Amino acid sequence: MLDRVPAQGDRAGQGGGPQMNGKLLTGNAAAATAARLARVDYIPAYPITPQTEIIETIANWVREGTMDSKFVQLESEHSMMTAAGAASLAGARVFTATSSQGLLYAMEMLYNVSGWRAPMLLVNVSRALAAPIVLEPDHNDVLAARDSGFLQFHSETCQEVADLVLMAYRVAEDHRVMLPAIVNLDGFYLSFTREPVVLPSQESVDKFLPPYEPVGPMRASKPVTRGSAVMEGYLYSYFRYNMHAAALKSKEVFYEAASEFEELFGRSYGPVEGYMLDDAEYVLVISNSFTALGRQAVNRMRDQGVAAGLLKLRMVRPFPSEEISAALRGRKVAGVFDQNLSPGLGGIFYPEIAASLYHTKGRPEAILPVVGGLGGKQITAKEMGMIFEEMQAIDRGEKAPSPMFLMRDDELARVKKTVAIAEGES
Amino acid sequence: METATRFKTLKDMPKDDYMTPGNTLCAGCGGALAVRIFHKVLGPNVAWVNAAGCITITMSYPLSPIKSNWLYTAFASAPAGAQGVRDALDVLMAKGKLSRSEDMKVVVVTGDGSAYDIGLQSTAGALDRRLDFYYLCYDNEAYGNTGFQMSSSTPFGSSTKTTPPTPAFPLGNTNTKKDLFEVWRTMRAPYVATLANSHGVDFLRKVEKGESVKGPKMYIAFAACPTGWGYDPKDSVELEKMAVQCGVWPLKESVDGVVRHTVIPRSLTPVREYLKAQDRFEHLFKPTERTEAIQKIQAAVNSYWEKVTASEGAQVKLAQTA
Repeated sequence: MLDRVPAQGDRAGQGGGPQMNGKLLTGNAAAATAARLARVDYIPAYPITPQTEIIETIANWVREGTMDSKFVQLESEHSMMTAAGAASLAGARVFTATSSQGLLYAMEMLYNVSGWRAPMLLVNVSRALAAPIVLEPDHNDVLAARDSGFLQFHSETCQEVADLVLMAYRVAEDHRVMLPAIVNLDGFYLSFTREPVVLPSQESVDKFLPPYEPVGPMRASKPVTRGSAVMEGYLYSYFRYNMHAAALKSKEVFYEAASEFEELFGRSYGPVEGYMLDDAEYVLVISNSFTALGRQAVNRMRDQGVAAGLLKLRMVRPFPSEEISAALRGRKVAGVFDQNLSPGLGGIFYPEIAASLYHTKGRPEAILPVVGGLGGKQITAKEMGMIFEEMQAIDRGEKAPSPMFLMRDDELARVKKTVAIAEGES
Repeated sequence: METATRFKTLKDMPKDDYMTPGNTLCAGCGGALAVRIFHKVLGPNVAWVNAAGCITITMSYPLSPIKSNWLYTAFASAPAGAQGVRDALDVLMAKGKLSRSEDMKVVVVTGDGSAYDIGLQSTAGALDRRLDFYYLCYDNEAYGNTGFQMSSSTPFGSSTKTTPPTPAFPLGNTNTKKDLFEVWRTMRAPYVATLANSHGVDFLRKVEKGESVKGPKMYIAFAACPTGWGYDPKDSVELEKMAVQCGVWPLKESVDGVVRHTVIPRSLTPVREYLKAQDRFEHLFKPTERTEAIQKIQAAVNSYWEKVTASEGAQVKLAQTA
């Protein structure tokens, strides 16, 4: 499981079906296509950059009759999520998508929908949060939902976007789980970037993903009360523990689904994914599309004879603590690349990873916190290399693992120039 | 305009109840009575979609006084919840995954805080999309469940917890009540009606009338609130009757934008009597009577009914302003 990155299989789609193999798709198109393959019943939508292509694509398919679903545009993300959760409780398989401010605007409903145990799927196309307003990604948006009760799966490639949409439905709708899920992809870097995506046939998807079987749906013949109040803390605690137990259970369900997925489609997905980990001493922990930059950095370090490796987080909720602990045991130094910032704390993944390692025998002596890529700030090979150099310096005892905030000299010069203009110094 | 009705007198009120006695609402709650009567007309196959309010708390796990389906959503988005339920039923029936016999009337029920304030945006969305649903707002003219704070439905002169009368602000609330009927009507709701528990036949007929309307069917039920308004709970229906007779609560409907008053008082009783019956207006009478404020309220009521007289040819004898 923690070996080198699994080869992106091309066996899917064999045995007939639409010939769509290896199609060049944006991350957004991959998400929309997977939703169609999942035979979703209902798509409540609201537009926001950079998610719009997803809902435009689906709206077009529904209107031209090539997707048998109901598409409705709501008047806000808050309403969109309300409609999504309610429809799921009424027995529909529901898909929707948002980004950034939209996710935060809907946030109240995320907690409600998970509390309703409505297993709908939300694709989040990451975009950093205002203010200041910006279009490119970091993960403060999706990580704001980390405590909402939604399962979270994060994608590095457009292929993963499509596959994780199918996987997420399978896990979320399992009666041992019954929680909603988020599949995350980075705005711009994935949403608008075409990559070859191997699409499975409808027949094989149908095999992998049976129709949604709701638990106690709203029915005239068998009325139910959903979302009722509990007036006692012990009842509330019971329901919350229950959600926690289901979220923890979902990892086991994910493994089952991943095993079947690999059999059917030839691609293997674990909660985490290692790259060059076998003998790695310096391991970068990273998620989402910038993982590709991390892989390049590992290759370059290996060329220089450094035992570098990478651990990608794919499953974010439930948090794969055991897998992280197993993957990082025995390493000299780990570096955590957080493309997010909790002001006053630092990166959000860092404490989660540190906590996962605290009771691990043979844990890395040091964990280097790195914050970078905020608002989609590009990370060069040199910056990635510096992270590995820093890890080695820490290992040699030359430095303490103090937080790194990535910003290059040329960028800083541009910052100064821009600030000067804003302040009227020409 | 008038169509055949199965409700000629109060005796035609359906016997079947879908709201059980013994719920947690206050004794004399006008909102509870409105929901109960509304449900009688709709029959058993209903999916209620609720926003935060007094009635939310009656669905206190594991109990529910409602025999049909119930979904509590959030304060701002009950109409969007109705959208989701309606759409899910429709798409599942269209795909043959759900029997037509499982179809339900989807009904939003909220208080005025949600309907007039925080939920207005999601209501506007549902109206734009011409969602096939009912909206029942039980209007007790304040945020009742949180202890009676001002909403945009609170009438001029009412004391609330956030508009307490003080020497500097002797009148309590100085905003005037939002005209939600007109807001909904101008948002092109095909059917909008006001209801009062005191006028049962009018109430029953209006809900019945909604059955033939495809699209949003919007109702505002006057909901006397003994705890918030300050009067004996046994007098709720009587107080609603006073509100209709003095003209502060007009009973009317709008069909495709055309307004018609369904109950027209021949002679308006003085609004002063209605105000005086409630503690929320006590400061208009004690320690000294705020004659000017009371006259202002009476003048607004008179002005309203003068317009009705002009537009509908009704003969209404106005009450004296002084």
